[in-house]
Amino acid sequence: MTDYRRLAKDGLWSNNMVFAQMLALCPVMAVTGTATNGLGMGLATLFVLVGANLIISMIRHTISQAIRIPVYIVIIATLVTLTDMLINAFAYELYKVLGLFIALIVVNCAILGRAEAFASKNTAWDSFVDSILMGIGLTWALVAIGGFREIIGSGTLFANADLLLGPAFGFLEITLIPDYKGFLIMILPPGGFIAVGFLLVLKRWIDQRVEQRQQRAEQLRSA
Amino acid sequence: MTLSGIRDRLDYQAALLGLVVLVTCTALAMAYQLTREPIRLALENDMRQSFSRVLPASLHDNDLLSSQGMITAPWGELTYYQATLEGTVTAVIFPLTAQGYAGRIEMLMAVKANGEISGVRVLVHQETPGLGDKIEEARDPWITYFSGKSLNNPLPADWGVKKDGGHFDQFTGATITPRVIVAAIKRGLEFFETSQDQLLYPLRTYQATTEGVSHD
Repeated sequence: MTDYRRLAKDGLWSNNMVFAQMLALCPVMAVTGTATNGLGMGLATLFVLVGANLIISMIRHTISQAIRIPVYIVIIATLVTLTDMLINAFAYELYKVLGLFIALIVVNCAILGRAEAFASKNTAWDSFVDSILMGIGLTWALVAIGGFREIIGSGTLFANADLLLGPAFGFLEITLIPDYKGFLIMILPPGGFIAVGFLLVLKRWIDQRVEQRQQRAEQLRSA
Repeated sequence: MTLSGIRDRLDYQAALLGLVVLVTCTALAMAYQLTREPIRLALENDMRQSFSRVLPASLHDNDLLSSQGMITAPWGELTYYQATLEGTVTAVIFPLTAQGYAGRIEMLMAVKANGEISGVRVLVHQETPGLGDKIEEARDPWITYFSGKSLNNPLPADWGVKKDGGHFDQFTGATITPRVIVAAIKRGLEFFETSQDQLLYPLRTYQATTEGVSHD
């Protein structure tokens, strides 16, 4: 019996692709200038991750050890190219923003890592669940970093959300600080490193607090 | 023989890898066929949108994309688009490039038949956010001030930024970007002046020959 609660906890928090595994940092730094870009990149990666995990887990018994890496890479690269074509054809406005970075998904070692660490050893259903949770974990991390940089850097949140999700989601776009002059460095690449640093500290701090509380509870019980 | 028995044989591995590549390539080829048309349409739509920002609809009644020609500019071969109104050429649109602070800046410029700029827009650039990116229409009206200008207004010697004794504003903290853009626009106008005979010579357009047939 698979422990789905454990999968959820791993994917969303304790083994989060960005904040715990520290993988996928290349696309993280590159696209998270705004929360919307982070969301777009997260969803595109989620799509590739789910596809790769599903296909690889289904054919895992036929793949021999020696050639497993090339097989994984061919499958992942194909899925990325498909995603690239589909976004280019059906969401051109988004493609103009994310286009350059979609191809980066292929070098996102987190996807290959998931194929190797999970999909090659588990059933299709479990791999599917795992990839969805890991993907959501990555997406929220990208949105958090993008939002952090966007608020400090340009004083808005979810700017251009209508380009990604359609005009109906224009309401998401909020100007938090009117007449904000902007804090340039947060939008530039160094801002990505700074934002990831602060958010990592925050996550570790929360983890520590939780751990301390558990220890105290145990001490009380044993006393 | 079981799967695990043959899985380590060389011929099995080669065949499997080949099969995987075959299947994925087939999938990609099919996806390419399916998305080719939508991608072409999206690109055309994008071009039309860019055109509408440099040239008002009142100045042309033709489909700009189907009246294009090639011409050699001092900086290379380029495609230009002719705008006609009831058969008379009213303006031409052509791309411009400038070497900005952080890479190439791609622009689109429309020049009316009398040599006046109808509009210029920056399409692609990598200038610094918050400083050089004021060349985008969405961030600053600066680029729209070129509309109506020509080589007589201001005179060629004044085609520069104020810091260099010219006519045009620069931005606080960013002089390089406006400077190269002003220079590129001036270059574009000079190119128009020297090649206007060819640029304004009516193209034998695809549309003119198929008008009234409309079978697309």
